[in-house]
Amino acid sequence: MLLNQFLILGALLFSVGVYGVLARRNGVMVLMSIELMLNAVNINLVVFGVQHGVVSGQVFALFVIAVAAAEVGVGLAIVLLLYRNRTSIDVEDFDLMRG
Amino acid sequence: MWMLENAFLIPLVPAISFVVILFFGKRFIGANRVHIVGITALGLVWVLSAVAAFQWTQRVENPSPDAIVEMATHGGDHGDDHDADHGDDHDADLAVVSTDHSGGEHGGGHSSPLIGPVISTFSQWWSNGGIEFAVGTLVDGLTVLLLIVVASISLLVHIYSTEYVKDDRRYVHYYAFLSLFTAAMLFFVMAQNIVQLIVGWELVGVCSFVLIGHWWEEKPNTDAALKAFLTNRVGDIGLLVGMIVLWGTFQTFDIDAINTLISADPGAHHLALLVAACCLMAAVASKSGQFPLHTWLPDAMAGPTPVSALIHAATMVVAGVYMIARLYPVFYEGLSIGTSSINLMAFIGGFTALIGAGLAFAQWDIKKVLAYSTVSQLGYMVMALGVGAWTAAIFHLFTHAFFKACLFLGAGSVSHAAHHTFDMRKMGGLKKAMPHTYRTFVIASLALAGIFPFAGFWSKDEILLGSLVGQKNSYPLMLIFGCAVAFMTAAYMTRVIWYTFHGEFRGHGQPHESPKMMTVPLWILAGMAVLGGVFNLPGPVLEPFGLEGLAHRIQTYAEPSVYLSGLGISHPDPSLNMALVGLALAVSGILVTYLYYWRRIGLHGLTERNSYAKNGYTFLENKYYLDHLYNDVIVKTVKRPIANWANRVNQNVLDRAVDKAGETARDTGRWIYKWVDQGVIDGSVNAAARGADSSGEGLRVIQSGKVQNYGQLLFGSAAVLAIVFVIVV
Repeated sequence: MLLNQFLILGALLFSVGVYGVLARRNGVMVLMSIELMLNAVNINLVVFGVQHGVVSGQVFALFVIAVAAAEVGVGLAIVLLLYRNRTSIDVEDFDLMRG
Repeated sequence: MWMLENAFLIPLVPAISFVVILFFGKRFIGANRVHIVGITALGLVWVLSAVAAFQWTQRVENPSPDAIVEMATHGGDHGDDHDADHGDDHDADLAVVSTDHSGGEHGGGHSSPLIGPVISTFSQWWSNGGIEFAVGTLVDGLTVLLLIVVASISLLVHIYSTEYVKDDRRYVHYYAFLSLFTAAMLFFVMAQNIVQLIVGWELVGVCSFVLIGHWWEEKPNTDAALKAFLTNRVGDIGLLVGMIVLWGTFQTFDIDAINTLISADPGAHHLALLVAACCLMAAVASKSGQFPLHTWLPDAMAGPTPVSALIHAATMVVAGVYMIARLYPVFYEGLSIGTSSINLMAFIGGFTALIGAGLAFAQWDIKKVLAYSTVSQLGYMVMALGVGAWTAAIFHLFTHAFFKACLFLGAGSVSHAAHHTFDMRKMGGLKKAMPHTYRTFVIASLALAGIFPFAGFWSKDEILLGSLVGQKNSYPLMLIFGCAVAFMTAAYMTRVIWYTFHGEFRGHGQPHESPKMMTVPLWILAGMAVLGGVFNLPGPVLEPFGLEGLAHRIQTYAEPSVYLSGLGISHPDPSLNMALVGLALAVSGILVTYLYYWRRIGLHGLTERNSYAKNGYTFLENKYYLDHLYNDVIVKTVKRPIANWANRVNQNVLDRAVDKAGETARDTGRWIYKWVDQGVIDGSVNAAARGADSSGEGLRVIQSGKVQNYGQLLFGSAAVLAIVFVIVV
């Protein structure tokens, strides 16, 4: 079984996503990195579903893809409004809640 | 004997009358009709007193076995005919007292049985520190005698006053306080213990104060009222101390118990009794106008004349004499009356009688003459008690009350006619205009002077006889005082009659006789001035008529032989010679004055010609300078140091204590502010705030507002936890 290989792939993909979320300054890139993390999770869901011989893992993955589509729609709308207001989508610039 | 046990009803009646008159008089009865209430109440009191007196004579004449003291249950006749009010404990008390009675050594040579007083204890008044204060009545012959005197004179004064104070602006108050005074005096004479005695004593003093100051709009009247009250306060100290000494000696307030204990063991407690007697003498001196505290009594004449007759001649001022008579064993043993030939009481009494009579010569105010005469006669009574002549003193109290009340009311009648003046220089020649007043005044004067057969003759004779015979020794000085006073009394009364009723009328206006409401009481009192003596006639006088059984009625009925017999008091045999000497002195007093004024014989104008005589007269006119001594010397010398001392105490002790307390409070406040408020409370609050501040300052670094930082922290911590999880599990 190639379980380990798929899990390592998921973990790597998740780590790339985390890096993107934490390190990238472009808002759109951050959103894309979130998509990477979600897809890493999808890989895990599918792999475990295959492993156990059930389809619920793949069904869940489809749910996640649907939710991710909605999420990225909202996220892109926020980025668009941010740009309209501040002419920037650099997440470093948005620190109004600084203590 | 129902009345004797329920004697409390007698003072209750005028007490109710007082409340009714004072609170309902003006509104419901009508201001000018309140005397109806007072007179009705006094009529009832008189009837009740008469019943009590009658029942007492019955008790003495036909003593039921339980009335006789030698029996085990003296006075305890509550059990058979009447028992509801008094509990069994009362009978038990009596039984204890009776044991003391029978333990006494009286009865030596006494043939007649000793009749005990009727004592009714109603309830415990209050108790304090284990000492019980009872309230009750003690009724014996002395009490019923005083009841009759007070009720009679008060009733006549009430009737007389309807005319005398007619249309007075304080008519209601006048009658209210007459009632209150009567109630207080009746309460006083039937006191069962010495605490009640003090209460009654002070109550009559207050009524005296109020009635002297009845017309308080004029300054001299209020001054006189204050003087009377304050002088009495001086004596009251003696009263309180004396009563406390008595309590300390006998551990009881019960008059009956005190008297019984002393007469059972006369020799004991001599020193304590001496102290008590001397203290009580101070009280007697103030209340009964004895030297040196008599000075308030003449000033008390500022009050309405009926009040002077009732309070300052007949009843209240004899309270001191009554107290001596009531607690006679205390004085008899304390002052060694039985064995001495001079003692404090006899001397004060005799001296007072003498100086009072002397002062009566130098007064122009008719009421003041009578006031000094009262002082003098009260001195007589005290002197009689001082020489052991108990019965003579009480007899004189009885007769004096009537003829002195008659004289005062006569003086009031004169003043009523002569445009409200009491100055004898503005009178004269009133004999024709006022026949009733004149006749009653002369009768009462003859009684006062001691002319046969008027009342004063018999009582005065007994006093002189008592001084002559004394107890173990005779009292020669007292006899001399008494004889001199007998002479002087006759003389100054003749002088008053001359100036008031004879010669030319020196006032203005037309004098007229007083209305019937005033003359009828005068005639009743004059009748008593004539007949008062029959109540204690000596045996030899009655023998020719076969009436020996009626001799010495006051001695038989009034004398508390149950207390006095243990002391061994003897009664002198009647002496014709002494009576003749007394009569001769009185007649010569009248004769000398008669010759001086009517016949113009004697040394007229002596006071203008002879400097010694003039000085003597000035001395009398200034009342021996006693008022100057009190006001200018004693009060001034005492007032200044006391004021200074009080000021110093105030500044140095009281103010300093207050200041210190204030300063201490201030310092404490400061310390608490500094250390507790600022240090502890504010400190902790500030520390909390500062802690929050610095912790927030430290934590704000984390709160960057950048989402990525938060994400870094989130994922970093998750990674750490994951590592921990992996390692641990």
